[in-house]
Amino acid sequence: MPALWISHAQVIDPASRRNAVGDLFVRDGLVVPSLSAAERKRAKKIEAGGLVACPGLVDIHVHFREPGQTHKESIGTGTRAAAAGGFTTVVCMPNTAPPADNAGTIQFIKDAAARDAVVRVYPTGCITVGRSGQALAPFGSLKRAGVVALTDDGDCVQSNELMRRAAEYARMFDLPIMDHCQDQSMTAGAVMNEGVMSTRLGLRGWTNAAEDLVVARNAILSGYTGAHIHLQHISSAGAVEIIRRAKADGLRITAEASPHHFALTDDALASYDTAFKMNPPLRTEADRKAIIAGLRDGTLDCIATDHAPHTNYEKDREFDSAPFGVIGLETALAVSLEVLVRQNRFSIPRVVDLLTRRPASIVGLRAGTLAVGAPADICLFDPKGRWTYDAKAGFSKSSNSPWHGQTLTGKVRLTVVGGRIVFDGARIV
Amino acid sequence: MPWTRRHLLTLEELSLAEMEQIHSIAAVFKRALQRGVKKVPALRGRTVVNLFLEPSTRTRLAFEMAAKRLSADVISFDAAHSSTTKGETLRDTAQNIQALNVDMIVLRHAASGSPLYLSKILNIPVINAGDGAHEHPTQGLLDTFTMKEHLGSLRGRKVAILGDVLFSRVARSNIYALSKMGATVILVGPSTLVPHWFTELGVEVSHDLKSALADAEVVMLLRIQHERQVSSHFPSLGEYTSMFGLNKARAAWLNPKAIIMHPGPINRGVEIDSDLADGPRSVILEQVTNGIAVRMAVLYLCSGGSPERIPDGSD
Repeated sequence: MPALWISHAQVIDPASRRNAVGDLFVRDGLVVPSLSAAERKRAKKIEAGGLVACPGLVDIHVHFREPGQTHKESIGTGTRAAAAGGFTTVVCMPNTAPPADNAGTIQFIKDAAARDAVVRVYPTGCITVGRSGQALAPFGSLKRAGVVALTDDGDCVQSNELMRRAAEYARMFDLPIMDHCQDQSMTAGAVMNEGVMSTRLGLRGWTNAAEDLVVARNAILSGYTGAHIHLQHISSAGAVEIIRRAKADGLRITAEASPHHFALTDDALASYDTAFKMNPPLRTEADRKAIIAGLRDGTLDCIATDHAPHTNYEKDREFDSAPFGVIGLETALAVSLEVLVRQNRFSIPRVVDLLTRRPASIVGLRAGTLAVGAPADICLFDPKGRWTYDAKAGFSKSSNSPWHGQTLTGKVRLTVVGGRIVFDGARIV
Repeated sequence: MPWTRRHLLTLEELSLAEMEQIHSIAAVFKRALQRGVKKVPALRGRTVVNLFLEPSTRTRLAFEMAAKRLSADVISFDAAHSSTTKGETLRDTAQNIQALNVDMIVLRHAASGSPLYLSKILNIPVINAGDGAHEHPTQGLLDTFTMKEHLGSLRGRKVAILGDVLFSRVARSNIYALSKMGATVILVGPSTLVPHWFTELGVEVSHDLKSALADAEVVMLLRIQHERQVSSHFPSLGEYTSMFGLNKARAAWLNPKAIIMHPGPINRGVEIDSDLADGPRSVILEQVTNGIAVRMAVLYLCSGGSPERIPDGSD
């Protein structure tokens, strides 16, 4: 593996407080302070003037559908989509078939990743057996098998008592609990946000309260047990406010926001396009603004895509019958730059932080930094590069994206994992 | 004015002029229906498929009757005996029907937005015969047609829509039609079934029956739809009736000339007392009759029929 010399890039590494034009050197898979003259001669040199070099992006919320639903995505295709989007580390949700509620399934995922993945893949395990919300999964053996967090994502643990025990028990293993906050008694049959749009469209609505209640529940249980509870894909203004207060109280709560929730609102559903159907649903402009404010003041800790692939034939249905979920790995960076940097005046280092160091720290991963000695996971992107996203020509096996056909600004030029180029701006290497 | 639409999907997207055009053609067909020979040759040689994937009596029969009166061939499709019970998707079902070279599909479906969805897939006109809780455009057209027969212009008229508005496609279509026609619409019922969101559609929301009915010239009752209420929206039918059921005493709050409407099917004794439903102010069966002429007009226009030269059988 040749050494890498990325020259004249805007190197942005929030973890080491670096933000300056300069060179980035990689040897033996690690970031190094410099290369000798002889090494420079042999190194692969990349002229990166005008480009940003930042740590490889980290997504702590993806669905790669393996095992069991590889018609939608696989670890091979999912990690290719990740690499094309500048991501070098992903955390997989355990709602596979069978669910990843046992060490054997975790081992299967790790084997598949070792065989097929082009970026780093970390598995999570279920909170409850079969994700059925009835009995605790074996956290101890899941931890030994290598999970970095526990979650029933896609479902939410409905029993407060079981959630309390899960939090208490997970604490012993120092594993965060990630919760998909949804009171399911309030969302039966619901397919979109409850409000003016659901009234107009005649679709069954799902109130913010269904999220807010569980967010509050989790804050209370985190306070009671001392466990770290991470709140997934926050979509509601009320939830942002509850989290803000919980953090002010010093609770061990973290939270993520997904690009679609800070970029879009339920107005996008006017034509019943199922590419905009996801769980939690797109909400109102007030919610969208609150999420952006939450990312700005640190109430929301990171950006996570909730990359949720479904095939065309599954999504191409009447709105009520289509599954929830959209893909996001290939567009997350561009959408974040557009909405947060250009529309809302976040700095680029701030957005990079939300996509690297902060998500890595939530699950305790050694990722998200370009500090000397760190694994050379690098994303090189052109913040002004304009491109048109054709989801059908993308790297994910599925194309259920709200941004299909749109022109985006912010193009990944190179993705490096452990010092090796895995994406060269056009194809997987 | 030329008619430019191939599909009839919603009244939200229809202009006042388009609705009035449908009404005027419906009036022509209504006269034709009152003659001895009721058939007109407007759609001779065409085939209309009624794709009804949700139970329906009135609407299906009225569409079938309308197509037959227009001399079209009609195939009515019964969900219970179809491949949809074997898991065939709406897309596949509809594409198969189109492959039979039919000329038009009339769709009733429980999923809101499904007629729009089909209209994007198929090359033939799609007529919405009710989609979920979204719209029921021909019902809105026949209701306003019936109101105009009794009241003339609807401008400034007070119309109270009473009952299960939340789940009602009939209410939504009527809201759009009546608003464009200048009527004042007030929705009334329990707060769980008439949520405040509706005010954003430009209508009034009330939970007080007496003030809502006061001087109304039309009261439109909606059926309490037990089958759509997944969670409890009100304590019991008895409590509903005690608070919002229309009876003689409450009907006295209406304008003395007010008409009483209901899209059917009626829950007698729940949303309306029998003697009112069958009484002189009730136009419920007129609505059914008008449903044929209005649907004839819709089928005729959307199949490319000329708004000027209507083959009404009189020549």
